[in-house]
Amino acid sequence: MPLAVELDDVSFGYDARRPVLEDASFEVPAGQFVAIAGPNGGGKTTLLRLIVGLVRPQSGTVRVFGEPVGAAARRGLVGYLPQRAQLGIEAPATVREVVSAGRVTRRRLFGPLSSDDRDAVDASIARVGLSAQADEPLATLSGGQQQRAFIAKAIAGRPRLLILDEPTTGVDADAQDALAALLARLHRELHVTVLYVSHEFGAVEHVAERLLLVRGGVEFDGPPSALPERWHDPSHAHA
Amino acid sequence: MLDHEFMRLAFGAGAVVGVLAPAVGFFLVQRRMSLIGDGIGHVAFAGVALGYLLGIAPVATALVASVAGAIAVEWLRANRRTAGDQALALLFYTGIAAGVVFVSSAGALNANLFSFLFGSILTVTRGGLLLVAVVGGAGIVLIAVLYRALVAVALDEEGARVSGLPVGTLNVVVAGLAGVTIALSMRIVGILLIAALMVLPVTAAGRLARSVASTFVLSMAIGLGSVFVGLTLSYYADLAPGGAIVLVAAGAYVAAAASTRLAFRA
Repeated sequence: MPLAVELDDVSFGYDARRPVLEDASFEVPAGQFVAIAGPNGGGKTTLLRLIVGLVRPQSGTVRVFGEPVGAAARRGLVGYLPQRAQLGIEAPATVREVVSAGRVTRRRLFGPLSSDDRDAVDASIARVGLSAQADEPLATLSGGQQQRAFIAKAIAGRPRLLILDEPTTGVDADAQDALAALLARLHRELHVTVLYVSHEFGAVEHVAERLLLVRGGVEFDGPPSALPERWHDPSHAHA
Repeated sequence: MLDHEFMRLAFGAGAVVGVLAPAVGFFLVQRRMSLIGDGIGHVAFAGVALGYLLGIAPVATALVASVAGAIAVEWLRANRRTAGDQALALLFYTGIAAGVVFVSSAGALNANLFSFLFGSILTVTRGGLLLVAVVGGAGIVLIAVLYRALVAVALDEEGARVSGLPVGTLNVVVAGLAGVTIALSMRIVGILLIAALMVLPVTAAGRLARSVASTFVLSMAIGLGSVFVGLTLSYYADLAPGGAIVLVAAGAYVAAAASTRLAFRA
C-alpha cells in the first residue's frame, strides 16, 4: 500500500535547547484513520505542523505521498483544519463563503469561482450536513456546526489526506460524538487518509484504526484497544 | 456647492478614497489589525515633513514612507521579530518623532502642514485628482482580482498557507495598499483621521450584513456616503472635512448598532 505520510528520525524544537520532538519516526499507509493523542505540550500539534509544512524539521525528513513536505499540499492533496483559535470564526462569513475559501489554490488565485468549484462547494456542504445552513452566517451556528463548516472547507479541494488539529475543542459531548461519526463517514466514503489530533482521544477511539501517543516522541503506536491501561487518559499520560 | 471647482475636485478624490479606504480596511479589520492605519498615518506625517525638508512634493514622499512603513510592520509581524502591538508602537513613535524633527528642521510648522493633518477641501488639484483616480482605481482593481484569495487568508491563514497560497505576499499587498490609501487620502481626510475611514465603515457594515460579500460592499457604500455627507457638511458649516467625514462614519456605526438592537428586541 502506498504511504501517505513518512517521518524519518524527525527532531524539532522552537527553542534550540528544548526539543519538542526527538527522533520521531513512523509511516501512515494511504487510507488509514490515525488518532494522535498525548499530553498538552507533548508535540502533537508540532507533529501536524511538520507534516503540513508550516514548520521545518531541524533534522530528519518528512514526506507526504512520497514528495517533500509542502509539495503535496500545494497540489491540493492535503486538507487541513487548524486549531479553532486560528480560524476566523468571528468573521462575517456564511458557511458557503467559508467552504468556497477551500477552493482557492495557488494555481487558481485570481477571479471568480468556476462551475466546478461551485459544485464542489455544494457537495462538501452537503457531506457535512449543512445544506440547510449554507447561506447562514457562521456566527449564528453552534460550535459543532462551525467545525463542520471548516471540515467542509478542508475537503472542498478533494484532498487525499485530511489533517485535523483538535476539532472537538469547544464543542459539547453530543457534538463531539457527531463529529467523530462524520469523520468516520468521510473516511469511508472519500477513501481519504485521516490524521486526527486530540488531547482526549475518547471521541474517536472507536473509529480510529491506529493510535499514536506522542510525548516528545512516539511513545505508543498501535490499535487503540492495545493501549496500556496506565495511558488510558493520554491527556495526563505519565511514564 | 458643485459650482466651485475645488468642491468638484474634492468630491472626485473623496469618491475614490471613500471606496478604497474601507475596501482595504476590511482585510485589516478581519486580521485584527485595525490600528495599523494609525501607525502608517504617523509615518506618512514623517514623509510629508521630509518632502518639505527636501523641497519635493510631500504627497510623493508620504507615499513612499507610508508603503515602506506598512511593509515594515507586516515584516515584523510575520517574522515574529516583535509582537504586533509592539511593532505598531515602534511605527507610531518613530514616525511622529521623525516628522517633528523634519518639520522643525524645515521650519514648516504652518497652515499647509495642518491641511495634511486634518484634511482640507481646498487642496485637491486637478493633478492630485488624477493621481488619486489612477492609483486608487488600480488599488480597487487589485483588491477585486485578489478578493477570493484575500478572503481565504482572512478566514484561515494557516489553511491558506498549507494550500500553497502566497500568504506572505498577499499580506504585504494589503499592507502596501494601506500605505497607498493613507497617502492618497491625507489631503481630504487628514493623516490623523484617515485610519478611521478604513475601520468605522467596516465595523458599521459588520453590524448589518450577514456575509463577507455583503459586509465588503456595504462598508464601501458607508465609506462613500460618509465622505459625501462629510464634505457637504464641511462646505456649508465651514468644518475641517476630515473631522466631519469621520464623525458621519461614527454616526453610521451608532445607527447600525442601534438598528440591530431594535431588530433584536422586535
